[in-house]
Amino acid sequence: MDLITEFFAQMHASGSYLARWDVVAALLAGSIGGVLIGAIPGVGPAVAIAILLPATFSMDPIVGLTVLLGIYGSSMYGGSIPAILINTPGTAVNALTTYDGFPMTTRGEARRALSLAYSSSFFGGVFSVLCLIFLAPVLAAVAPMFGSREIFLAALLGIILVVTAHRKQTLIAGAMACFGIWLSTIGLHPATYSKRYTFDQGWLSSGVNLIVVVLGLFALSQAFILLQGEDEKVRLTRLKGSFFQGFRELARHPRVASVSASFGVLMGMIPGVGEFTAQFMSYTYAQKTSKRPEDFGHGSSEGLIASETANNAVPSAAMIPLLALGIPGEALTAMMLSVFYVHNVTPGPQLFQNDMDFVVALYLALLILNVLVVAFLLVATNQLIKVVNIPNRFLGMSILILSFVGVFSLRNSFTDCILAAAFGVLGFVLKRLSLPVVPIILGMVLGGIMEVKLRSAMARVKTPLDFIDRPIAAVLFAIIMLVLILHARRVWLDYKQQREKSRSTSRASTRFEAHLSRRNRSLISERGKTVRSRRKTYSRPSGDKS
Amino acid sequence: MSDLSDTHHIPKRGQILFAVFFLIASVLLASLLWDQTVWKKGKDLFSQARFWPAVGVFGMLGFTALHLWHLPRRRFDRVDWQEGRIWLTVLEWVLWFLAYVWLVPLIGYMPVTLVFAPLLTLRLGYRSRKMIWLSVVIGAAIVLFFKAFLQVKIPGAALYEYLPGGIRTFFILYL
Repeated sequence: MDLITEFFAQMHASGSYLARWDVVAALLAGSIGGVLIGAIPGVGPAVAIAILLPATFSMDPIVGLTVLLGIYGSSMYGGSIPAILINTPGTAVNALTTYDGFPMTTRGEARRALSLAYSSSFFGGVFSVLCLIFLAPVLAAVAPMFGSREIFLAALLGIILVVTAHRKQTLIAGAMACFGIWLSTIGLHPATYSKRYTFDQGWLSSGVNLIVVVLGLFALSQAFILLQGEDEKVRLTRLKGSFFQGFRELARHPRVASVSASFGVLMGMIPGVGEFTAQFMSYTYAQKTSKRPEDFGHGSSEGLIASETANNAVPSAAMIPLLALGIPGEALTAMMLSVFYVHNVTPGPQLFQNDMDFVVALYLALLILNVLVVAFLLVATNQLIKVVNIPNRFLGMSILILSFVGVFSLRNSFTDCILAAAFGVLGFVLKRLSLPVVPIILGMVLGGIMEVKLRSAMARVKTPLDFIDRPIAAVLFAIIMLVLILHARRVWLDYKQQREKSRSTSRASTRFEAHLSRRNRSLISERGKTVRSRRKTYSRPSGDKS
Repeated sequence: MSDLSDTHHIPKRGQILFAVFFLIASVLLASLLWDQTVWKKGKDLFSQARFWPAVGVFGMLGFTALHLWHLPRRRFDRVDWQEGRIWLTVLEWVLWFLAYVWLVPLIGYMPVTLVFAPLLTLRLGYRSRKMIWLSVVIGAAIVLFFKAFLQVKIPGAALYEYLPGGIRTFFILYL
């Protein structure tokens, strides 16, 4: 009880952070800018945050972070607009919204779908911030228990989760994460003052800048993709009437909304998991517990509520590992980490102990942000949907010009621009092949954290068991083992399923020649030979003379 | 952890080309490990400068080799080379970008942007006056927002040095 009273006093103190004209301007710019960015398919929050990142370095940390958080938190609201109206998700995490949102549009219920998406997103966002506000005292108490070895294990868990979350692409995701770890090691090793992979080039001595890589992999690669592609003709539906009905409809599904928001909070808190898993779990839950599961994928309001509530609950929760432990759970929070570093603010247990006002101010900013976004969308949706008409290639040109500001303003270095362009090409190839990009960024950030923390942790460890002799370290180690075991089990089940599928004849041709050919292949295979020899052994005539 | 990646379509074209290229890069980096990192005697394994680069390059090598082994098609096909050619075409946009980067410190952020944006718009195939003027307006707006309003660090151009006193300061600070 004392903790909560103390916390409300802190909320009052944090108000002074927000009652400044620059923070208010940042909130407005972040929320409206984020919605616009989200509404344009092909841009997304990662591109916008990567471009704006160097510009925020000259701002006060609370102002810079408010802009970036604003974009992160509000882009998903905007992303639901093209997902519902034209079946193209504005941001990647709005993909599931198209399942039920677009069918609603096709049957003339576009306004209802948008209104439901806004109200669900608002509920998810506010639920998540309220959870954070009430969890903050607990976090403040738990965070100091994290020493070097616990932070190392949490970062390791984050990397393992981000790799294993890429189902059927785990191996290449692992390779990309290791590539990120390798990138983080380039430059001068702080403990031995020796050079690593600098190839005697002076510009590599200070290492590869994370922002250069981020701008290349997210902004430039997206510009290349758009420039390389074709413009699409878009037909928009005219929207008439009020957008308030969604709130009334949401109130009829409190169970789906609250469970989905809880999944969002939970998955956001775990590094490396994020929106996709939260959406998947809440959508599956909503479908399994619905009275009309057959409607899912054909314009179900519950499906729309589940996906939009879950994805909007994630951004606030994703700030927990970042603020409490200094561990980013995904690419966007990894970018935000660099804002902290530039201002010499070290996120982690100390931040909760020494600067709780700052942390609470960020939470409150997120809360106000959700209110601002919904207010903006309720009055401006009809005007906003016109941004969907911007031609893709023209958008690519604009992103190319904007990317220049991001890379060049960092250090005014031509070399950085060449490096960013190289990463842009890599990102372009990865996106064309649908291969994962995020593990590179997380490998780079978490790899650096793991190196420092493992070195300092090992100084106090004599036997391997000492590493996990503290309760939190032991729990984290157990979770890592559990994740690995579950992943191994899933790989085995996938393998078995694939093997059965390859042997199955249920979908094979029924032609006589095809049947003979299959039989022939089976007879000459290794397994066929074993089966025949076994049958031969069993059917051999008995040697008994009785 | 389950996610929605099952619903994503993963194209087969070009996968082997990328995997082979990444594997070769990993082998090269791994072979350079002993040359590009040092091992200091008396220090424990985890404090060695070589430890984390080794984790990175051998991880890349192992995972990429396994990825290559698990590819649904392990033979090169005509579509792979077609895909490779598409990757090469992107170099044109890289050159546009680098030319822009090279010209800004010489001629100036605003003048180069006002020429670059409509030129690239023309190259993309837009011929209407509306799109050309729109590109000029967008270019100018980007420069004014970042350089004049947000004051990001983009240095004044070499050409600005030839401008008379008062105008030169204005150009260096805001354009």
